[in-house]
Amino acid sequence: MASANYYVPHTAKWPIVGSIGLFLLVSGFANWMNGSTIGPWMAIAGAATVILMMFGWFADVIRESEAGLYNDKVDASFRQGMIWFIFSEVMFFGAFFGALFYARIFAVPWIGGEGTGVMTNSLLYPEFQAAWPTNGPAGLGGDFKTIGAFELPLINTLILLTSGWTITMAHWALKKMQRKALVGWMLATVALGVIFLFLQSYEYVHAYRDLGLTLGSGIYGSTFFMLTGFHGLHVTVGSIMLLVIAFRCMKGHFKPDHHFGFEAVAWYWHFVDVVWLVLFLFVYVV
Amino acid sequence: MTTQTAHADDHHHEAPKGLARWLFTTNHKEIGSLYLIFSLAMFLVGGAMAMIIRAELFSPGLQLVNPEFFNQMTTMHALVMIFGAVMPAFVGLANWMVPMMIGAPDMALPRMNNWSFWILPFAFLMLLSTLFMPSGAPASGWTLYPPLSLQGGNSFAFVIFAIHLMGISSIMGAINIIATILNMRAPGMTLLRMPLFVWTWLITAFLLIAVMPVLAGAVTMLLTDRFFDTSFFNAAGGGDPVMYQHIFWFFGHPEVYIMILPAFGIISEIIPTFSRKPLFGYTAMVYATASIAFLSFIVWAHHMFTVGMPLGASLFFMYATMIIAVPTGIKVFNWVSTMWRGSMTFETPMLFAIAFVILFTIGGLSGVMLAIVPADFQYHDTYFVVAHFHYVLVTGAVFAIMAAAYYWLPKWTGHMYDERLGKIHFWWSTISVNVLFFPQHYLGLAGMPRRIPDYAVQFAEFNMISSIGGFAFGLAQLLFVYIVIKCVRGGEKATAQVWEGARGLEWTVPSPAPLHTFDTPPLVDDSLEHKDRLPS
Ligand SMILES: [Cu+2]
Repeated sequence: MASANYYVPHTAKWPIVGSIGLFLLVSGFANWMNGSTIGPWMAIAGAATVILMMFGWFADVIRESEAGLYNDKVDASFRQGMIWFIFSEVMFFGAFFGALFYARIFAVPWIGGEGTGVMTNSLLYPEFQAAWPTNGPAGLGGDFKTIGAFELPLINTLILLTSGWTITMAHWALKKMQRKALVGWMLATVALGVIFLFLQSYEYVHAYRDLGLTLGSGIYGSTFFMLTGFHGLHVTVGSIMLLVIAFRCMKGHFKPDHHFGFEAVAWYWHFVDVVWLVLFLFVYVV
Repeated sequence: MTTQTAHADDHHHEAPKGLARWLFTTNHKEIGSLYLIFSLAMFLVGGAMAMIIRAELFSPGLQLVNPEFFNQMTTMHALVMIFGAVMPAFVGLANWMVPMMIGAPDMALPRMNNWSFWILPFAFLMLLSTLFMPSGAPASGWTLYPPLSLQGGNSFAFVIFAIHLMGISSIMGAINIIATILNMRAPGMTLLRMPLFVWTWLITAFLLIAVMPVLAGAVTMLLTDRFFDTSFFNAAGGGDPVMYQHIFWFFGHPEVYIMILPAFGIISEIIPTFSRKPLFGYTAMVYATASIAFLSFIVWAHHMFTVGMPLGASLFFMYATMIIAVPTGIKVFNWVSTMWRGSMTFETPMLFAIAFVILFTIGGLSGVMLAIVPADFQYHDTYFVVAHFHYVLVTGAVFAIMAAAYYWLPKWTGHMYDERLGKIHFWWSTISVNVLFFPQHYLGLAGMPRRIPDYAVQFAEFNMISSIGGFAFGLAQLLFVYIVIKCVRGGEKATAQVWEGARGLEWTVPSPAPLHTFDTPPLVDDSLEHKDRLPS
């Protein structure tokens, strides 16, 4: 039933909406950061426009997919698109992991006087001894304690690993066309994502309120919150995507041999999972 | 091969007219045109900024602009030319040519293709709007090194977010190109039968997806350092401003190849056509391109030898950089060998291609000089560096784009461009560009620092010569605009093949190429007329 020709839509009205939305969103942010009062409103309007665009765009794609307009080649293009998108995300996290490793292996020891940093240390920061975690020679943000790896973070690790298992179960259920089980496993995955986010925000509150650990706690606070923060943002996006897929499953979308939307979200979820494992190892454990 | 004419699909809807047509289009040719027009506009904007810079440097002392504005001009000139002119031009060429070269009906993800383009005008609206802010445009250099960039005015946040938008656009464009090349090739178009322009773009797209997110990460850290108390680049908090340079150049060096690999592809198309010979060493060209791409990831610190790296690191980055001369040399050798004993003619695209081979090589050789650590201590941040990368980017990337424009304009418009004017444009550009940039080598070797609006009097003569060359080169590009407009509006009818020696699928469709080509894929095999371009 899929058409023989590669499906090329004739017009696309959502991209320009998306561009206007993105423009409002980021110029809103920029205005906001510069202290302008219209900034937040622009950003909200932009975010709303982007969300509207996503609803409209995905609705078009889902409609066309369910109408059988996408042949295997279109499907393969979507797969390529998703794989390379995830690769770009890996590289984005790579920049922040790179900053973490550079700071720990080079920058902090050099400020502490190691290797070529002897003069830096003795002239600028004679009091400073290299250590990790650190908030630097100036002790920016004041004293802080770190979060133990084998407390909440370990539980969060188990939660995400479990969610990787539940989404695989959902995939099997989809392949065997067991709708009920499929929806159940999907909702379980969403729930695990939400629990993860809840625990993560609890941890943030704890860090800010009790441990003195903030974004301003020198290089440790910077890398800790930016890595876990961007990861949390991705879990949030992933959970929303999972929820949308769960709704589509309830509506009877997807076939055992034709369910790229499901797979794309599953790939994304596994990617978020893997990022967490690396993060758990290098941010919390080591 | 049977030509794939525009057998109008019976189910085609009525295409929207006017502005809506361009806003909503999903057609790779229309989007390609949008990219190219946008790129040309940005080329003129960035060029105007260069004219201001050269006018200020015409003679020693401060005359036309104040130093703050001068710094804004050097910063904006680079951002506009890199992200607004050169990169979109190559994406536009890929949009137009890649589907036709591989026998695909369109790009793999046509809606996203539209979005990739339509983010750009908004990104540049944001970037250029900073010129009108009370505190002016960014003035810390396009590399945005902290701590200087963090001290900028209101423009800072706008620049960061504009770069984010450009990055999103580039990444989506690159994903589309990779998906198209890997997934949409006509039956029989095996990887090693692909035209080199397609190959170089495949590798470029990979580079883009690998490094644009790293730039996004770097500028995000700048943003949080400025507004949200982080200390990535603040030694007092345990960070390191040099770390920014490492992250930035991990993006920055591959970025250089993003701007030159598609140029290599273009030259590898044009030289065989006008030499009437298949490309010499096709497979070697593919492997050389891949090697250059691989090496581009492990040489970044040659941009920062003077920050004080450990000796071992300096040596590694020096040797790794110099190794790039090997695959690049293979390319130059192959281009020259392709011309060897060819029955050559010298139409404008070929003239630009030959100039590319010679002048890009000059830029490459000065690059090898800069790779030598102790020598770089002398050259760093002087006009020698400026001369080097302008040979690579102007007589390299921009000349290749010019060559591509002349080469494919007949296919796009259905008209031949004015060959006489094209030749005038070529000679005028080639002479003036050397008057513009060659003296800068000497200025740099004599110690004139870059990015400074004033200079010592002993540099006066060469700066004046350079500025005169600059004005002449700028003027020549207005002629180019005229030639393009003239060609779009009319001219001698172009045949399907256009050039006697042209081979490849894009030359089997009529000129101008109909809106839809290869709705049903052509069959590509060795029996086709262009087999002499294929590896045996
Ligand atoms: Cu470099």
